[in-house]
Amino acid sequence: MKNYPVVLINTVLSPLSFLLLIAFVTKGQLLPDAIEGGFIMSMFNSGTSLQGDLAHLKNDFKLQDMVVSSPTSPAAYVTGMALAEVIYSTPALAVLTVLAAIYIHPGPLQVLELVSVFLLMFLTSIAIGYTLSTFSSDIVQSFAFSRLISTLFSTLPPVYYPITYIPLPFRYAAYLSPTTYAAEISQSATGLLSLSTAGTALAWVVLLVTTAILAVVAAKKARWREV
Amino acid sequence: MASGELSCKGLTKVYSASNGRKALDSVDVRIPSRGIFSLIGMNGAGKTTLVRILATQLEPTSGAASIDGIDVVSQAARLRERIATVPQEARTVPWMTPKQTVLSYLMWRGTSYADASAKASEVLGRVGLGQQENVLTRRLSGGMKRKTLVATVLASEADIVFLDEPTTGLDPISRKELWAYLGTLAKDRFVILTTHYLEEAEELASCIGIMHMGRLVGLGSLDDLRASVKQQYSIRISAGSAVPEVKEGAVTRSRSGEAQILTTEAEAYGLSRLLLDAGAKFSMSKISLDDIFFHLVNRGDDEVSRR
Ligand SMILES: Nc1ncnc2c1ncn2[C@@H]1O[C@H](COP(=O)(O)OP(=O)(O)O)[C@@H](O)[C@H]1O
Ligand SMILES: [Mg+2]
Repeated sequence: MKNYPVVLINTVLSPLSFLLLIAFVTKGQLLPDAIEGGFIMSMFNSGTSLQGDLAHLKNDFKLQDMVVSSPTSPAAYVTGMALAEVIYSTPALAVLTVLAAIYIHPGPLQVLELVSVFLLMFLTSIAIGYTLSTFSSDIVQSFAFSRLISTLFSTLPPVYYPITYIPLPFRYAAYLSPTTYAAEISQSATGLLSLSTAGTALAWVVLLVTTAILAVVAAKKARWREV
Repeated sequence: MASGELSCKGLTKVYSASNGRKALDSVDVRIPSRGIFSLIGMNGAGKTTLVRILATQLEPTSGAASIDGIDVVSQAARLRERIATVPQEARTVPWMTPKQTVLSYLMWRGTSYADASAKASEVLGRVGLGQQENVLTRRLSGGMKRKTLVATVLASEADIVFLDEPTTGLDPISRKELWAYLGTLAKDRFVILTTHYLEEAEELASCIGIMHMGRLVGLGSLDDLRASVKQQYSIRISAGSAVPEVKEGAVTRSRSGEAQILTTEAEAYGLSRLLLDAGAKFSMSKISLDDIFFHLVNRGDDEVSRR
């Protein structure tokens, strides 16, 4: 939908810029963590940009009204639009994949684990992005919201480095964000963080439950038809 | 082909952010669901609100509505199989061509790429955009953009089509062209068309609804509406000629000095004989939709102030 090259550059740069920052500051020590963080942020940002795009199309082009008054279900609409977002993140994902192959070289099982976590992040963010977009009535408000969500869930939480770097009282706050669990699982899967079996299981449960709840909220509470 | 009726019973809408003001006030409609149903009224009369409720985009506060027996609230999914809409403020996406616009809309609705592509070209050709189908819409005139939007619904299989002010802001030639397409569109579909050009409703509509301050103050064919008004004749007397005394009816004067008398048929013939004898310059006709509109809207205002 956005075929402005500058937007594309931004979707490539924003996950990578953090990665570079962390890698430089830690003299390369946290590079693997930062690569995984880049994946998580890129996945999470799909939902944020989906929110911006859907709100723009809804408010400035009345596209949502046109789709509501048609046989197209909201699920089909969101799926189509979310796939378009994926296409926009492919350059960033390609760079990250190459970096991961060089600096993390995960085995097949680890790849499976990582991909599942990233996919859950994607679904979570898409559900949030879609739901919020249906409530927005103007694009400025929607833009402010998506920036806030992006900061709260992908910049502030320990996505690019292990949670153990955060002093204890703040750690509890970090556990409010699903991205923290995603980072924990991927870091522990690739041996960057030692997490007990119970801890890993808990993180998985939290991620799965969060995704499920957000999907239900999107299906039941999104304002497809205005009230 | 739609073949039932459009029905609204006590349809009311109070927007949450409006201090309880009724944007739609107990609207009752029962008309056949075919041809063009044109909603006319001033800005803020409630046309868009009514259209959006019928097109399943907005929930009513109370009352019920159905098209061909399909309830717009509880059976929205079934109705959505049959409808298509061009919202009042819809715009074409500037970085898409008319072809891409129509094509992607059809594909959203579930048409295959090949069918959608063929259909898009056919319909764009029909609305006179064959030459421009591959030009980015940001390079097209306002009329062409609007035609692109109308073409999307024209190309769809929907047999109930909502067009909210499709001709507002168009130059007279584009508007007349669009009328011709709307006529085609309505041959085998039910079209709900809002406009504030009265001559548009007069020209196109098989049924007209006159809205004023959220209420439907008139409903029916042009003849029905005329019949609902007691003074069905209009006499226009040129400036300078004496205006005879009118027993039943109303006299208004325009700034140019021309006088208009709205009156009953019997009185109109009596008056015209007087005017002929006096050698006055005048014309007599049945009242137009404009006259009816102002009459009904004024009567609506009177009723409101009497409450
Ligand atoms: N989303 C909204 N929130 C609050 N009031 C609204 C909203 N949309 C329309 N209105 C009000 O409802 C009334 C009817 O508006 P509308 O249906 O758009 O009229 P029309 O299409 O005939 O111009 C107007 O007074 C308008 O200000
Ligand atoms: Mg309107």
